[in-house]
Amino acid sequence: MATTAVARRLPVGGAGKGATGWWGMILLIVTEASLFVYLLFSYFYLGSMARGAWPPSGPPELRLALPNTVILLLSSGAMWWAESGVRRGAQGRLRVGLLITLGLGIIFLAIQAVEYSHKHFTPATDAYGSLFFTITGFHGAHVAVGLIMIAVVTLRAWLGHFSERRHLAVTNVSLYWHFVDAVWLAVFTSLYLSPRFV
Amino acid sequence: MAATAPPAAPTPPLHERLLRIWETPPGLFGILGTVDHKKIGKRYLVTAFAFMLAGGLEAAVMRAQLTAPNQRLLSPETYNQLFSMHGITMIFLYASPILSGFSNYIWPLMLGSRDMAFPRLNALSYWLFLFSGLFIYSSFLVGQAPDRGWFAYAPLTEGAFSPGLHMDFYALGLLFLTVSTTVGAINFIVTLFKLRAPGMSINRLPIFIWGTLTTSFAVLFAMPSLTAACIMLYFDRRFGMHFFDAAGGGHPLLWQHLFWIFGHPWVYIVVLPAMGIMSDMIPTFCRRPLVGYTFVALATVSTGILGFGVWVHHMFATGLPDLSTDFFSAASMVITIPSAVAVFAWLATIWHGRPVLRTPFLFAAGFIVLFVIGGVSGVATAAVPFDRQLTDTYFVVAHLHYVLVGINVFPVIAGFYYWLPKMTGRMLNERLGRWNFWTMFLGFNLGFFPMHIAGLLGMPRRIYTYPAGLGWGTVNLVTSIGAYVFAVGVVLFLVNVLWSIRRGPPAGPNPWDAPTLEWATTSPPPAYNFEVLPSIGSRHPLWEDRLAEGAARSVLDRGPALDEGRETLGITPLDAEPSEILTMPEDSLYPFLLALSLLVTFYGLLTSVWALAIAGGVLVLAMTVGWLWPGPEPEAA
Repeated sequence: MATTAVARRLPVGGAGKGATGWWGMILLIVTEASLFVYLLFSYFYLGSMARGAWPPSGPPELRLALPNTVILLLSSGAMWWAESGVRRGAQGRLRVGLLITLGLGIIFLAIQAVEYSHKHFTPATDAYGSLFFTITGFHGAHVAVGLIMIAVVTLRAWLGHFSERRHLAVTNVSLYWHFVDAVWLAVFTSLYLSPRFV
Repeated sequence: MAATAPPAAPTPPLHERLLRIWETPPGLFGILGTVDHKKIGKRYLVTAFAFMLAGGLEAAVMRAQLTAPNQRLLSPETYNQLFSMHGITMIFLYASPILSGFSNYIWPLMLGSRDMAFPRLNALSYWLFLFSGLFIYSSFLVGQAPDRGWFAYAPLTEGAFSPGLHMDFYALGLLFLTVSTTVGAINFIVTLFKLRAPGMSINRLPIFIWGTLTTSFAVLFAMPSLTAACIMLYFDRRFGMHFFDAAGGGHPLLWQHLFWIFGHPWVYIVVLPAMGIMSDMIPTFCRRPLVGYTFVALATVSTGILGFGVWVHHMFATGLPDLSTDFFSAASMVITIPSAVAVFAWLATIWHGRPVLRTPFLFAAGFIVLFVIGGVSGVATAAVPFDRQLTDTYFVVAHLHYVLVGINVFPVIAGFYYWLPKMTGRMLNERLGRWNFWTMFLGFNLGFFPMHIAGLLGMPRRIYTYPAGLGWGTVNLVTSIGAYVFAVGVVLFLVNVLWSIRRGPPAGPNPWDAPTLEWATTSPPPAYNFEVLPSIGSRHPLWEDRLAEGAARSVLDRGPALDEGRETLGITPLDAEPSEILTMPEDSLYPFLLALSLLVTFYGLLTSVWALAIAGGVLVLAMTVGWLWPGPEPEAA
């Protein structure tokens, strides 16, 4: 019977998976993922309606984008390493792992900026330019937000805020970061790879 | 690490202790910083209703213009702004927020909790709603209100054809509002997963909860489509991009797809919670449980899902391939099945019950009639040939008003008559309520039924006037008279509310002898909702002694008191077993300040003063970090 059930000792505040904050992050990711679905839908829709070649100036180069993809995937690995560290109470692993993630994320954005500067078109050139810069720019903005979140969590890790049991902020930031990486794989496949196969 | 939660019984000292913990302090801090879901819910209701009155005023002016042929009360430009703002107001600033108001107020009470899962996000979602509404309405101050209709079809909205700030207010204002709606939806879903009373398994949820839950999931999947569309529109207009510009390789139909992928689920977002209100209220006034509870719950969810597969029926006249229009025509007809399931469940409940004809029931009955009429004209327009004949005529205007007024406004007014006594502790006037219902019901039908005829006679929507001799004069005169009678009905409602607040008779905890949990606490409920947290043994916790639905019994007078701080009980999502004690946040100014910072950002984007936009963005960031930065650790940790 429920009344007797609540008489037992209950933990104060949920921790990790299944906590209210964890659910909040999952649902935020669901709706953000939908946003990218609609952006990529727009890309394929306008591509299918295009009268000339699509993309107009040929598929975007892989010279920078492919290594950049690897960098972002490595940063996900570093984040996983940091988070599994704090679950075992390894504070050092948490702090170092977060710093590596932060560094790799910054490198990703820097390389993307270099790639932008090499483009021969702007967002105002044609619909493809609008799509390319809006979609990759939106992803870049998500990377930037993720980096700010990681920076705050790194600071808190050095202040010793997290323990084996209490590290929901790390779990949430880690979820978000893996999501940002997964979105990049979808963006990369759609914008960089799909024109090569179709 | 752990706290004990022994069952306790309500006592006066416990009441005093909980009040000290939960009550918002008076003064400016309390006004701007409260996170009490009941205060936030009431604010949502009042604000959304105020926007509804503004939208009604816009409609009243338009009806004056259309009463007779060749009127020149309004210029075409003013008329464009009025019909656009009427639609934007009613669809975005009234129909959904008013239901959020009811949900915010009622959910924790119905679920047996002390607040929503994220009380501060709840406050944030209200402030964002208020500020985005004021942002959109501030367009009137510079005489540049949105003027290309509430669904804003490209290319008419592109910079070349729509100079000025009109449609920038639209794109940015809606973008602003989507943040509020999304935050609110996440809050409802997590509240349902984690903050129900122990024992409230999903087969014991009131249908209203099912409605808002389905709606919240639909928001998560549909809203980003509007976000994407509004961002593209703003980029096209401000930075010369080419998303909707055919000459630059874009496509105007991309707007229509994105808008209606959002827009049709939105129709269900603004009706499913209202249908839920009806499904919970009709049993109370029929003195018996809802017939076919499981079917109605499933119908609610399946309507929400099917709602994502019908958007192209708004685009039958755009020259899409027949295969595509046929598919969406069939899907649009299929969606009538779950709606019909709900209607038959209500009718069977009335048929097998002993209806008590109080005002809320009158509105419920009126709602069923209007729902059926709006549904029939909906099936009609789902048929492609019929739709091609009537698209963009007053027939469509008639249909959408039957649906939105019938399935949103009537349940909302019913909801006020039903739950206002819970919120204020005072009943509304029954005699005035009857007058209120009949003026609204007759006025509505007198006003909007002839619009079907105007449409069949070929009158297009959105024309600011029309010449004599087309045979449209009489129907328009009748429509205007009906619209004003309907407006009188709305005024009667307001009079009744004011009367009730001043001298309504005391309501007591459960004036309607209703079965659900919100009626187990006092009216108005104390800041902490429940002195001891209840546990639930059936679908009708307050009717258990007469229903014999099984051996399990709800326990309302003994339970955990959780009086060591702002605390409530967390449960496991599926089995509703207690799993943790949740520490709830104190009142805070961060939600208000964060929303204000975002307002600064949006004015920066509107005026292209990038420094302002960036300053706002930095403030948003600072407020977020301050908000999330942990306070002192709870001692139990």
